[in-house]
Amino acid sequence: MANLDIKIGKLQLKNPVMTASGTFGYGTEYSDFMDISRIGGIIVKGTTLRDRQGNQYPRMAETPSGMLNAVGLQNKGVDYFINHIYPTLKDIDTNILVNLSGSTIEDYVEAAERLNELEKIPGIELNISCPNVKEGGMAFGTSCLSAAQVVREVRRVYKNDMMVKLSPNVTDISEIALAVEAEGADSVSLINTLLGMAINAETRKPYLSTITGGLSGPAVKPVALRMVWQVANAVKIPVVGMGGIMNTADAIEFILAGASAIQIGTANFIDPTITGKVIDGIDDYLNRHGYSSINDIIGAMEV
Amino acid sequence: MLDLIVKKNEALNNQYSLLVLTSPDKLPEMLPGQFAEVRVDNSPSTFLRRPISINYVDYEANELWLLVQIVGEGTRKMCELKVGEVVNLLFPLGNSFTLPESKDAKLLLVGGGVGIAPLLFWGSYLKERGYKCNFLLGGRSKDNLLQLCEFEQFGDVYTTTEDGTHGEKGFVTQHSLLQGSNFDYVYTCGPTPMMKAVAAYAAKTEAICEVSLENTMACGFGTCLCCVTDTIKGHVCVCTEGPVFNITKLKWQI
Ligand SMILES: Cc1cc2nc3c(=O)[nH]c(=O)nc-3n(C[C@H](O)[C@H](O)[C@H](O)COP(=O)(O)OP(=O)(O)OC[C@H]3O[C@@H](n4cnc5c(N)ncnc54)[C@H](O)[C@@H]3O)c2cc1C
Ligand SMILES: Cc1cc2nc3c(=O)[nH]c(=O)nc-3n(C[C@H](O)[C@H](O)[C@H](O)COP(=O)(O)O)c2cc1C
Ligand code: FES
Repeated sequence: MANLDIKIGKLQLKNPVMTASGTFGYGTEYSDFMDISRIGGIIVKGTTLRDRQGNQYPRMAETPSGMLNAVGLQNKGVDYFINHIYPTLKDIDTNILVNLSGSTIEDYVEAAERLNELEKIPGIELNISCPNVKEGGMAFGTSCLSAAQVVREVRRVYKNDMMVKLSPNVTDISEIALAVEAEGADSVSLINTLLGMAINAETRKPYLSTITGGLSGPAVKPVALRMVWQVANAVKIPVVGMGGIMNTADAIEFILAGASAIQIGTANFIDPTITGKVIDGIDDYLNRHGYSSINDIIGAMEV
Repeated sequence: MLDLIVKKNEALNNQYSLLVLTSPDKLPEMLPGQFAEVRVDNSPSTFLRRPISINYVDYEANELWLLVQIVGEGTRKMCELKVGEVVNLLFPLGNSFTLPESKDAKLLLVGGGVGIAPLLFWGSYLKERGYKCNFLLGGRSKDNLLQLCEFEQFGDVYTTTEDGTHGEKGFVTQHSLLQGSNFDYVYTCGPTPMMKAVAAYAAKTEAICEVSLENTMACGFGTCLCCVTDTIKGHVCVCTEGPVFNITKLKWQI
């Protein structure tokens, strides 16, 4: 057994494998398939201050080696989370983080204040990168100024760990990463989905009700890996990498590129036990290559 | 999540196959209306699993039947599976049809195209429990009418085809069966326009009506929120709160 413990900002994870927001429900949906307390961290689905119905159906289209989604942050709001979901999660022995989104800075701040009160939620993932909502979301994450502003305001009220989730839909992602680091982000996670679209040639109609949506899955992996490498080279805070991770080798690539931990998203839909397999796979990799700790391979790409 | 073995894969015609799966272990209990998420291996263009209804379960022979219509790469690959090959399934998923209150209730099960798939299992389940079923099955032409012999074992079968090659000519809702008699329960699965017409008939005749929806899905177990339908409770997932819905819960204009 190699040592898989890893510190990400203020979080202490038992292994570097987390689940990506919006792909793992509240975690409990996966309890039928595996022991979810094995996972290093679970990021629950996108939560907003108030209840959101999300976008109209259709919200999904499969594309080569990936999928487009346009869920649009459907959730019952932060109070519902606190009163109804939190009690079912608080005794699970892993780090449960809430992915927080908003359409105004005030919304982010108000929801973050409420989450700050939850003893068993060690952190939030501040989502400034959702491409599927009309206002807010990605708009905050695509300029240094607005990204810095929302992080600064939330930092004022939120005392636990704050991971900031970055959008790949920008010219230079390291600039944004540096901007949020300067405002007190404890870590950054990337990438959120890439803006894309698909049209049904036969009917001449778009596949998604919103026309555009967010691309995820193996199709985005090379782009995600490049961005993780760029950001890891730019910032001092830990980087959490994701985008198309389907297996152990993919996860190792992200760690070698500089990620201290990884998140698995779309792959959970195809194999709901994938996180356990990747945890075991990373351990096996470290043993095979004679490393004693996960820390030994972070950013260890040999050029 | 289970690896099942292909016991038989029979092309019913050039569009449809009956895939019979088995396992060395006892198959889990399944309910009519539920579905499986089938992983399609060795296909670069088929990334997500494909939802397929449970067509029939033979617990004695330890068989799970899937009726597959070829519409794209995923369903084509399923129809090409060879005997002895392994297929990975997540199942059983979703809810099921609701048993009528009384055994004397007059039941109508209406299927169109590949939408007949869950109705065979439902019909067998009802018959086993002493209910009497009427099946009304429709298709574009006689090639789209499937498993008629199987359906006949579980109740009376009526058919329509748009081209008149089998049964009455026209749509299911034009069948003479619906003119004279009224039903207490109507269950339907098929193309949305057909289900809407059936639901309108049920509403008019004050029958209780359940429809089985086929929204596109990414996960099949309630985590991606891609498969929603609009209901009186707002957007709900078809994969967990459905696929079977009472029409009074749906916001359908009928
Ligand atoms: C709960 C449920 C039960 C189902 N039961 C059955 C069944 O018993 N037998 C069966 O053959 N099929 C069934 N389907 C439909 C089946 O899942 C799709 O036909 C299949 O996913 C298409 O995959 P493909 O790779 O062959 O086609 P793709 O290449 O993915 O698509 C080909 C064409 O089919 C359309 N299509 C894809 N998915 C759907 C869908 N869910 N509904 C309508 N059109 C679609 C696409 O828009 C495209 O035009 C069911 C679907 C659901 C949600
Ligand atoms: C259906 C779906 C819903 C998602 N919802 C959210 C969300 O609510 N908040 C968020 O920050 N990211 C969301 N994401 C993005 C993922 O967390 C992840 O960043 C992205 O999918 C890339 O990783 P992957 O390729 O492993 O899926 C969603 C992705 C998918 C596919
Ligand atoms: S298909 Fe994922 S929630 Fe229904």
